[in-house]
Amino acid sequence: MVSKPHGNKLINRVVVGRRRDHLLEEAKELPRIEISETLAADTINIAHGVYSPLEGFMTQEDYIHVLHDMRLSNDIPWTIPIILDVNPEDIVDIKEGDDITLTHNNKPIAIMKIEEIYGWDKNEYCKQVFKATDPTHPGVTKTMGRKELLIGGPIDLLNDIYEPFEKYRLWPIETRVLFEAKRWRTIAGFQTRNVPHLGHEYVQKAALTFVDGLFINPLVGWKKRGDFKDEVIARAYEVLIQHYFPKDSIVFSVLRMEMRYAGPREAVFHAIVRKNFGCTHFIVGRDHAGVGNFYKPYEAWEIFKEFPDLGITPLFIRESFYCKKCGGFVNEKICPHSDENRIRISGTKLRRFILRKEKPPEYMVRPEVFEVILSFDNPFIE
Amino acid sequence: MFEDEFKKDSDVRRGKYTTVSIPITLYNRIKELIKDTGFTSVSQFVTYILREVIASMEREKLESSMISEEEKKRIIEKLRKLGYI
Ligand SMILES: [Zn+2]
Repeated sequence: MVSKPHGNKLINRVVVGRRRDHLLEEAKELPRIEISETLAADTINIAHGVYSPLEGFMTQEDYIHVLHDMRLSNDIPWTIPIILDVNPEDIVDIKEGDDITLTHNNKPIAIMKIEEIYGWDKNEYCKQVFKATDPTHPGVTKTMGRKELLIGGPIDLLNDIYEPFEKYRLWPIETRVLFEAKRWRTIAGFQTRNVPHLGHEYVQKAALTFVDGLFINPLVGWKKRGDFKDEVIARAYEVLIQHYFPKDSIVFSVLRMEMRYAGPREAVFHAIVRKNFGCTHFIVGRDHAGVGNFYKPYEAWEIFKEFPDLGITPLFIRESFYCKKCGGFVNEKICPHSDENRIRISGTKLRRFILRKEKPPEYMVRPEVFEVILSFDNPFIE
Repeated sequence: MFEDEFKKDSDVRRGKYTTVSIPITLYNRIKELIKDTGFTSVSQFVTYILREVIASMEREKLESSMISEEEKKRIIEKLRKLGYI
């Protein structure tokens, strides 16, 4: 059976029909706050239950609990604050209790009831969430550049933003129906922000051996410079699934959500999100959601011990490598050979082949996937 | 400055705890059990176990499906169009 939603309630704050017509009219009269694409994506995710049980952006009590205890104020596990930052001058005429319209590119996205306006200590946020205040951490730089105040309260969604990957996008209620229709009882979620190389495929197939289905759910949206462009990732998976996975074992859909690079905390957050999509298991690999050397390779595995009530089972799968003596993909636990026989496939290595437009060895990346990557003038974010 | 009018993180009380009573015999039993396990106190262990048990009881209380048949039909239709089914 698919997972119960987090907090036992799948949130739906998408307004439809006559109520939507009515609220769209009302939205015209309300004070407006223009939000970024990333925040608009968060708003839409809240409305569609991706962040269940959240019904809006966090108020201070939840924010503080999440920051220090990794739980909402009702004790439900939650590790990454979902917050909306504003400039003081944007809200001079707005007070707690007011309704406002959130807009993106001047189009109304949602109506938000402002329950609370509060200050935040960005440095403390970075210490708690990223375990770092070093500006070379992309999450730290991004956080320090955010606005000075936070507003919290529930939202009602009026409009979506343009989604170029519409045909690959499913919401939690849809994947839940889909998994049931497929009669999957166990589903492993796979988080990614990369094009798949053989190392990823090994991890996915190791998990798939033990569950009914695999839910591959790459993030699209804000990532750091040098990461793969969203379209490259989507098209690469399309060909990988077509050529190398049994048809009835995979569901592929994208999720518009920013990467935080918060390592362990983000690993738990990623698991919670996939639980809302109906996953019973979640694959946590080496250095999950990490960046540089900010987190220890398996630090993201440790943190799960603190959540006996998470409601989704983490699958800790070791980093895989190609072993010349074993003649295939293996991991530390099953390969007895020394390091000189082992070839580790990394994004960095793959990148070198891409930049030189040179065909990488077969054990590194599937030829169909590499062809897709090369079909882009520049597959990386500038 | 304007934002000084609002509460800062440090103004909000955090890490609130309360006390519950358990028989002293149980307390001692737990204390013995958790030696060398990574649990650093009886309270930490009890919190862990309670969260585990309560989460599973809450899940059991839920009805199996929260989606109406009509909604389900609409979703299946969409999934067919997209080629997922
Ligand atoms: Zn070997």
